[in-house]
Amino acid sequence: MKFNYLLYGSLIFLNNLFSQEVIEGKVVYKDSRENLALEGANIFWLSTSDGTISNSSGDFRIKKSRKTNLLIISFLGFYTDTLKIDSNEKFVHFMKEDKSNNLDEVSLSERKKSAKLSFTKTQNTILVDASELLKAACCNLSESFETNPSIDVNFSDALTGTKQINMLGLKSPYILISEENIPMVRGASQAYGLTFTPGTWVESIQISKGTGSVVNGFESIAGQINTELKKPFTDSPLFINMYGSRNGRIELNTHFNKKITEKWSTGLFVHLNQRNLKIDNNSDSFLDAPLSKQINLLNRFQFIDPSKGWVVFYNWRFLNDTKQVGQVLFDPDLDKNSSTIWGSEITTKRFDTAFKVGYVFPEFPYKSFGFQAAYSTHDQKSYYGLRNYDIIHDSFYGNILFNSILNNTTNKFKSGINFSHDKYFENIDLKSFSRIDNNLGAFFEWSHDDLEKLSWTAGLRIDFNNNIGTFLTPRFHLRYAIGPSSILRLSSGSGRKAANIFAENQSILGSNRRIYIENGNNPFYGLLPEKAWNYGISLSHKFKFINKNSNLIFDYYTTEFENQVIVDVETQGRAYFYNLEGQSSSKSLQFTFNMDITPQLQLSSAYKNDIVSIDYKSGRKQKQLVPKNRMFLNLSWNSIKKVNNQQWKFDLTIHHLGTQRLVENNITPNVFKSPSYSILNMQLTRVFSSFSEVYFGIENFGNFTQSNPIISSEQPFNINFDSSQVWAPVLGRMIYGGFRYKI
Amino acid sequence: MKNYLQIILIFTTSIIFSQNNKNEKTSFGVIGNCEMCKMRIEKAAISVKGVKYANWNIPENILTLVYNSKKVSLSEIHTSIAKIGHDTSEATATTEVYNQLPTCCLYIREQKNKAPLNNEALLQ
Repeated sequence: MKFNYLLYGSLIFLNNLFSQEVIEGKVVYKDSRENLALEGANIFWLSTSDGTISNSSGDFRIKKSRKTNLLIISFLGFYTDTLKIDSNEKFVHFMKEDKSNNLDEVSLSERKKSAKLSFTKTQNTILVDASELLKAACCNLSESFETNPSIDVNFSDALTGTKQINMLGLKSPYILISEENIPMVRGASQAYGLTFTPGTWVESIQISKGTGSVVNGFESIAGQINTELKKPFTDSPLFINMYGSRNGRIELNTHFNKKITEKWSTGLFVHLNQRNLKIDNNSDSFLDAPLSKQINLLNRFQFIDPSKGWVVFYNWRFLNDTKQVGQVLFDPDLDKNSSTIWGSEITTKRFDTAFKVGYVFPEFPYKSFGFQAAYSTHDQKSYYGLRNYDIIHDSFYGNILFNSILNNTTNKFKSGINFSHDKYFENIDLKSFSRIDNNLGAFFEWSHDDLEKLSWTAGLRIDFNNNIGTFLTPRFHLRYAIGPSSILRLSSGSGRKAANIFAENQSILGSNRRIYIENGNNPFYGLLPEKAWNYGISLSHKFKFINKNSNLIFDYYTTEFENQVIVDVETQGRAYFYNLEGQSSSKSLQFTFNMDITPQLQLSSAYKNDIVSIDYKSGRKQKQLVPKNRMFLNLSWNSIKKVNNQQWKFDLTIHHLGTQRLVENNITPNVFKSPSYSILNMQLTRVFSSFSEVYFGIENFGNFTQSNPIISSEQPFNINFDSSQVWAPVLGRMIYGGFRYKI
Repeated sequence: MKNYLQIILIFTTSIIFSQNNKNEKTSFGVIGNCEMCKMRIEKAAISVKGVKYANWNIPENILTLVYNSKKVSLSEIHTSIAKIGHDTSEATATTEVYNQLPTCCLYIREQKNKAPLNNEALLQ
């Protein structure tokens, strides 16, 4: 016992002795944005050789000097400081930069990333801002994902050249695509809806993998994509963009924004595009790209009163889109309904209007409510050869949302109701289908955030649907910070949807396959509603790789269908729609690696593996035309901005697609796989000032095309004719250019 | 279905219109620099029982709070923020805690133990 006291006593004594002799400190400096530790600063006692240097975190220890209490801290490029040390307390010393030295200023500013994985959000969300959208100059929402590895852009058919997006190996109907949180690309607009939002209108896009939040509905299965459009208050008063490409596509985008009063602002967005050049480079007698015309108008009003907490939006929008596809010689006035020359026209008229009110309690910023109401009518008239297809879809959507907290802001909740009414009327050949879907849903979502490591969101909704019945949709997301630079995310949830089999699979209409729908006493064309569970895990890690800022992301998502409407085109000349019997699942693995090679040059790369296996009547198979392996590489370079904002920007993107399974066809009777191939796109932008810039780019630089994209193109009225089995671009190398001007 | 709807409506309206008169909104200065400070300051504030909402503005160094004045006094909130090293308009952090701040959160403060002197004179 005594011995112990003695030991402690001596330890304390030693400790005191030790601390009396050593001074501890930290050397830092403040640049324009943050504090940085100064490594290698010289610290020494005045007029002595007793010195030390600071370590990588700026810390130093120096023995107390008997001769002096004046400590000198110096570092090249900074004012030398002398400190009078009176106590043994540890201290922090800020150095001041000496600008009089003619040293080249070390630029520490990092380039703002235009597409980044959110580090703080609970859900696995990728934010894409307008500068990312500029990396691919063309032209609408469906093409804006080409520089993003999480979303695959595929070609839906050889006729229209429409690009369809896939997430986790699943087609866009399994993605809830909303515009400012109002579900938009759904029902009748499923096939071409993404091409109805011009790229220049988009302010930002949020992409969430997995089922996502319960707030916007139960229809998301593979993911949610929400687009925010430009707001009249923040967009520039005038914006003009013109685009032209070698294959005859011309586009014009203009935005006019005007402040009416202090609180009211309005914007008119006009988009026109046209292609009237007939191209048939593969000499199959069919146009390689459609002749098209689109008028797209959006007028929006925005009201903001920050002192009282009110925000109001009112939008209306009108679209008229026409496409002519088919054989080069086809003249719609003469050859419509002809059984010798094959042609097709697709005309879409759409009107949308939406009203939104948001209110934030000025005294309680965590409390807010919102109301949204939207109406749209979509009218498509079309014929594909001798096949007619018309669809009218009227839709009303209403949503009331309330946000508040439980006890304090570490526990937040969102609660509300949404109502939707969808009326469909379809004519396909001589058959007609009509249907009304009414849905009333209530949701509650609880988010917990400990402001440090753990956050989670648990959501539940109950829906009463006239065709699906009453059902619950649970969803859960969790985020855990394993360390300061590693994040683990987990998610799970269910989703359901009604399959609009013709609208979603319009590419099949560009074939002569005979359509068979399984007979059943079920609400959707005799078929059951689709239902799936999605589970995901994601790990992201930030680190220094060869001293460069890098991050590595690993994602694995699996989707298991309980019910699915299987689209079976395995047999030539036939298309079957039937309910899933057995298993259907999608397992999607993605590795992403990003690195800032220099502050000006950024690399983004990804490898993806999608196993989409479906039990067809003929057995379990990988879904046709979904590559199991994909690779992606993007290099993005910016020159240093000059004083007047002059800058060069260069982007290079390579997509590599592995082999895709092909269905039975008579063109390549013994080939069941497409070859793997790569596509290279690049774009160069010259910014002249903050007002104007020009850009120039090449798509499909290697000129890779599918030589016979249309099966049985020489006999377009034969039952084997099919334009929907496309696995590579139809158009070859394409050069484009354009300018942007804004005030 | 109608019953469900009624329950939901009553529930939501009661939340929206329930008035919490004891809740007060206030704001005061807290010194810090960065995102990390924001997380630290907000966490320190929200961890005090009775604090409903805390939002610290980086460029202005202002913390906005909503708190229940019956459960907690303003000075308690000041103290608990100073306890993690950030000086507030009414409370000062001890040097010990200040020294333990992450590098990016250090801020320039008057130090008793050192006084920058005229270098030129001393070095000659």
